Amino acid sequence: MPFIVRRLIFYIVAAWVALTINFFIPRAMPGNAVESIMSKFPNLQPSAYKALQALLGVGHPGSLWDQYWAYLVNVFHFNFGVDVTNYPAKVSTLIGQTIPWTIILVGSATVIAFLAGTALGIVAGWRHGGWVDRVLPGLMFFQAVPYFFLALILLELLAVRGHLLPLGQGYAGGLVPGWHWDFLGSAIYHSLLPAFTIVIASVAGWMLQMRNVMITTIGEDYMLAAQAKGLSTRRVMFTYAARNALLPQLQGFGLAVGFVVSGAIVMEIVFSYPGIGLLLLNAVTSNDFPLMQAIFLVITFAVLLANVIVDVIIVAIDPRARAREGAR
Amino acid sequence: MTVALPVSTDQFAVPEEHQRRRGLWRRLPTRAKVGAILLGAFVLAAIIGPLLTPYDPSFQNPSPSLSLQPPDAAHLLGTTQSGQDVFSQLLVGIRLTLELALIVGVVATVLSVVVGVAAAYLGGVWDEVLSLATNVFLVIPALPLLIILLGYLPQKGQTATVLVLAGLGWPWGARLIRAQTMAIRGRDFVAASRETGEPTWRILAFEIVPNEVSLIAASFVNTVLYAIGASVALAFLGLADLTSWSLGTMLYWAESQQALQIGAWWWFVPPGLAVALMGTALVLLNSGIDELGNPRLRDAGGVSAAAWKHLRPTDPTPVLQVAPARRRWRSGPRTGGDLP
Repeated sequence: MPFIVRRLIFYIVAAWVALTINFFIPRAMPGNAVESIMSKFPNLQPSAYKALQALLGVGHPGSLWDQYWAYLVNVFHFNFGVDVTNYPAKVSTLIGQTIPWTIILVGSATVIAFLAGTALGIVAGWRHGGWVDRVLPGLMFFQAVPYFFLALILLELLAVRGHLLPLGQGYAGGLVPGWHWDFLGSAIYHSLLPAFTIVIASVAGWMLQMRNVMITTIGEDYMLAAQAKGLSTRRVMFTYAARNALLPQLQGFGLAVGFVVSGAIVMEIVFSYPGIGLLLLNAVTSNDFPLMQAIFLVITFAVLLANVIVDVIIVAIDPRARAREGAR
Repeated sequence: MTVALPVSTDQFAVPEEHQRRRGLWRRLPTRAKVGAILLGAFVLAAIIGPLLTPYDPSFQNPSPSLSLQPPDAAHLLGTTQSGQDVFSQLLVGIRLTLELALIVGVVATVLSVVVGVAAAYLGGVWDEVLSLATNVFLVIPALPLLIILLGYLPQKGQTATVLVLAGLGWPWGARLIRAQTMAIRGRDFVAASRETGEPTWRILAFEIVPNEVSLIAASFVNTVLYAIGASVALAFLGLADLTSWSLGTMLYWAESQQALQIGAWWWFVPPGLAVALMGTALVLLNSGIDELGNPRLRDAGGVSAAAWKHLRPTDPTPVLQVAPARRRWRSGPRTGGDLP
C-alpha cells in the first residue's frame, strides 16, 4: 500500500474516533445537559427542546444505535443544529463566520514561526556552539511562559501603554467586513500583535528540534563524503544536511498542529479576536453544548486536514516515503 | 591550558577514567543542573511554603487601605483588590499546581509505559490496535477536547481535572516507549530470559522496563510540563475549581479583575512568572537528560571558544573534551608543550 493511502486510511479512522467521542461525551457526562440549557434560556421553543434532547441523548430519543446513525447523517450534511444562545441562528453559520479569521491568522503565524525556527535551527546546528546556539536557552524561557501570560504582558506594554498596536478585536469598530482596503488594512494591523505573540511563543520549539536533528545529521558519513568531494559549504549545508534534517521536522509539524490550535484558542480569548477559539469559550461559559461539540469537530477536522497536507509535502520531498511500502 | 596533561600513550584513557569517577551530578550538563536546582526550589516552596504563609490566602481584609497595596514589608508581594495577601496565595498556589501536575505526570506516565510496552512486546493485533489508539489520540487536539469535557462537568474539581488531563496526556510517552521496547525486544538478554522460561510479566518488569528508565524519566518530565501548562490554561479560562488557590486560578482572578489595567503588576506577574520558571526548569532538565543520552547535542560550553575555531562544522562533535587538543596536535606545529 502506498504511504499516502495508508496515511489517508489512518486519518479516516482518526476522524471516526473523534466523531464517536463527540457523540458519547454528552451521553456519558453526569448531569442533565438539556435541563441546564433550558434553565439558562427559558424562552426556547418546544421544538428546540426536542431537537436538543435528540442531539444530547436525553430522555427517550430512540435506541443508541439509531441516535448514532442520525448523528452521523447530520454531521455529513454539516447540520449541527440550531444555536441556543443566538437562537435561531444555525451553528454551522456561526462557525462559518469565525473560522476564516482563525485559519488566516493562526495559519500564517504558524508557518512563519516554523520557517523562522527551522532557519535558526539550521544555523544553530551548523555552527554548534556559535552565538545563535547560545541564545537558545533564552528562547526556551519564552516557550515555558504560559502563552496567555506573555500575550497579556505584550498587550499591556505595546497596546495599552505604548499605543503602538490596537487593543484587540479583529478590525476597527465601524468598518464593514469586505474586500476593500480600509477593512483589509485594519484587519492586518489588528493581526500584528496576535501573530507576533504566536511566533515568539513557538519559534524556540522548532529551533531546538531542527538544531538537534542537524547536529545528528552532520555526524553522518555522507556529510564527510560531500565535503571531501569539494562541494561548496552552502551546498553541503542546505542540500545535504538541512534537507535530510527537515524530514523529522515536518513530521513533528503534523503532530504539533494540535498544540498550535490550542495556543490559538487562548490567543483569541486574550485578544478578543473574532475566531473560533473565542466562540468556543463563549459556548462553554453559556452552556451552549451543541455549539461546543460542533466546534470541537471542526477544529479536529482542520487539524487532520493540516496533517494530510504535511504528508503530501513529505511525499514530495522524500523519495523514501514514495518508495517505502506501508511506512508507519 | 596551563596545566600539562599527564603523559600517556593512550590519550583517551585518562579522561575516561575521570569521567567514571565523577558522580552523576558532575556529569550533568550545566543546563540540567540549573533546571534541577530551580525545580528543587519550587518543590521546597511547595512543601514548606504553606506552613510559612503569613496570612490566610482567602482572607479578605476589609480595610480600604489594604486594597491593591504595592509590595512592602508586611505584604511581600502586595495585596489584591479585596485585600488578600498575594504572597500567601502564591505559596499555596505553587503547592496545588505542582501537586496536580505531579499526580497527572505519574498517572499518565504509568499509562504510557503500560500501553507502549504492551504494544511492542505483545506485537500482532495488540500492536496494531494500541499503536492506532496512540496515534489517533496524538493527532486529536487536546485542549479543545479538555475544554468541552470540563465544560460538561457541573463540578470542575481537582479530581476531574486530574482524570481528564491524565486521560489525554499519555500518547506522547507511549509512542516513544513503544519504539524503545521494539529495539530492546530483539536483544539477546531478552531472548535468553525467554528461553529460561521466565514469565512474560517478569521479563517486562525486570528486563525491559529497567532498560528504559531514562526515556521514562524524560517522558515523565514532559508530561509534568504539559500538565502545568494545560491546568494553568484551563484555570485561566475559568474551567477549574475557582475557590481553590492554584497559579492558574490566581491568574484568572487577576485577569478578571483587570489587575494589569489598573497597574497592579504585583498581582498578575508573580503567578505567571512562577509558572514560567517552573516550566523553564523542566525544559532545561529535559534537554539535559537528552544530552546525557546523546553526547553530540552537548553544549559547547565546556570547550573554549578558541578551541572551536579549529573545528569545521562537519568535523565529528567532540564527545570527550580532549578533542580540541587532539585537533591541534594533528594540524601541525604545536604552540604549547601540553602534549607529548
